[in-house]
Amino acid sequence: MLHSETGRAGARLRLPQGLSAFGNILKFLWKSPTSAFGLIVLGFLIATALLGPLLAPYDPYAQDLQNTLQAPSTAHWFGTDELGRDILSRLLFGAAITLRIIFLVTIVVGPIGMAVGTIAGYFGGRVDTVLMRITDIFLSFPSLILALAFVAALGPSLNNAIIAIALTAWPPIARLARAETLTFRKADYISAARLQGASSARIIWKSIVPMCLPSVMIRLTLNMATVILTAAGLGFLGLGAQPPMPEWGAMIATGRRYMIDSWWLVTFPGLAILTVSLAFNLLGDGLRDALDPKQMNRR
Amino acid sequence: MRNPRWLSAALNQAATIGVTLLGLLILTFVIGRIMPVDPVRAIVGEEATREVYMNVYQQLGLDKPMWQQFLFYLRDVATLDFGTSLRTGQPVLDDILHVLPATIELATFAIVIGAGIGIPLGVLAAVNKDRWQDHAIRVFSLMGHSMPIFWTGMIGLLVFYAALGWVGGAGRMSQFYIGLVPDRTGFLLIDSALAGEWEVFRSAVNHLILPAALLGYSSSAYITRMTRSFMLDQINQEYVTTARVKGLSERKTIWSHAFGNIKVQLVTIVALAYGALLEGAVLIETVFAWPGFGQYLTSTLRMGDMNALMTCVLLVGVIFIALNLLSDLLYRVFDPRTR
Repeated sequence: MLHSETGRAGARLRLPQGLSAFGNILKFLWKSPTSAFGLIVLGFLIATALLGPLLAPYDPYAQDLQNTLQAPSTAHWFGTDELGRDILSRLLFGAAITLRIIFLVTIVVGPIGMAVGTIAGYFGGRVDTVLMRITDIFLSFPSLILALAFVAALGPSLNNAIIAIALTAWPPIARLARAETLTFRKADYISAARLQGASSARIIWKSIVPMCLPSVMIRLTLNMATVILTAAGLGFLGLGAQPPMPEWGAMIATGRRYMIDSWWLVTFPGLAILTVSLAFNLLGDGLRDALDPKQMNRR
Repeated sequence: MRNPRWLSAALNQAATIGVTLLGLLILTFVIGRIMPVDPVRAIVGEEATREVYMNVYQQLGLDKPMWQQFLFYLRDVATLDFGTSLRTGQPVLDDILHVLPATIELATFAIVIGAGIGIPLGVLAAVNKDRWQDHAIRVFSLMGHSMPIFWTGMIGLLVFYAALGWVGGAGRMSQFYIGLVPDRTGFLLIDSALAGEWEVFRSAVNHLILPAALLGYSSSAYITRMTRSFMLDQINQEYVTTARVKGLSERKTIWSHAFGNIKVQLVTIVALAYGALLEGAVLIETVFAWPGFGQYLTSTLRMGDMNALMTCVLLVGVIFIALNLLSDLLYRVFDPRTR
């Protein structure tokens, strides 16, 4: 009873602080032109993903064999592909796929990394050694190559690509959560909770996880650019989203055959990938600055 | 050896590597087992009788329990027997050794370019911290980090090969020269130089330059960032102020004092970036039809070639562990403070 009270009081105290910190971070990011660009692109991506079906001038799957490989014009701003489908419409629908990949990977990777990291950090000793060794094994691969191997084992599809990326993306999160946990596992309030008889699971869930959350969220944002590039790479190699789907990497793969005569087939999807991943990188860079106390004070 | 602490650290590290390697083997074994390819069917073909099928099934040890199969796998790996590729019918190890030089050649050029761009830019950014140069360099290098390299490869081919004709197209050399130079080392530049075929050498450089530059640019982002932060650490230290106060030119202060102190760190960073190039190589080799490790890996994926895939994954893991170890060792050898 008593410890649940302290837990709730702690949460009540922290929440408003967290919110105002979030507002401050946004304000800080907005001041720098590069991270403001990142914010704008991210907002644009979300808007497109939600409103894509309304904005798109054509059906992204509708073939028009009379008008194949049309160069960009007023009717088709970004041209048409080898089946006469409007590339702009396909790009707009593709935004939702990209966002879905990011979202699903993040909600899988966050909890897994958090669980492994906090458990390893809290218990220490042999549990820590075993969990961190496993983490290191996964870390000893470039993410794309491990993801390739997983997709090969699971079979090529968008969902399997998401699973594969998630399987390769959790180790850095786990390392971070562990490092965070180590800094306050000896803190007084943890000892207090333990003395009151709280179980380990309860302490981890109620006292440690909320403390790790901010830095883990930031790390997840930083990872998103990599996730986008890996997903696009898998799509390009034919191991992610399968052809009729307007996934940007897969669009580049099919457009490659017509590249020499019809440059717009590969150029626009590639620009879309580049813009979104650059936006996340710039945003991540800004976040890093925003959370560096030395920087915060100087500006 | 003189120092027991040093020895125990080395033993500890050896144990860590052993455990990581074992984990790696478990991982490749699991990937091989869950692959939706029937290894027996792949060998005997679709029309084999049940008898033949069961025969091969037992030969492969698939009737044994999992842990025993894993021990067989360990034994095979220990004796460097990685099985036969289903696609080429050759031993996987021979296949890989055959394609690896092409990738090493590409990656080596790329890392030279990447370090050549990244290190000076990192120093420049640190020296001009928060000025426009710093911001411009930051955007330039993040750009390299954000581009989907398979796409940049295509655009590069469109612009520099198809439109301008400055560089060679796909492949390691012009079709015309293939088979002209005897395959001695597998490194085309070395082979053609040994044979005195300078035409082939020029063609090879022409084909190498674009993919290597793009790979190098993408890896320069990491090198730039790390160089910048290492330099910032140095510039804020007192010995730099001392050097300035005693009237040393700014160029000497930066390059021979501060930069001299980050060389060791830079070597380790470049070693790690070299390993990370493998990832880009897989994609760029597909675009440039580069007959290297990356292309081998992607074609094994498409064919469901289990033995080859397991070995490729294992090899990448081993290369990464080795590079990590190497960068660790370099640190210990060259930086007296770590002793």
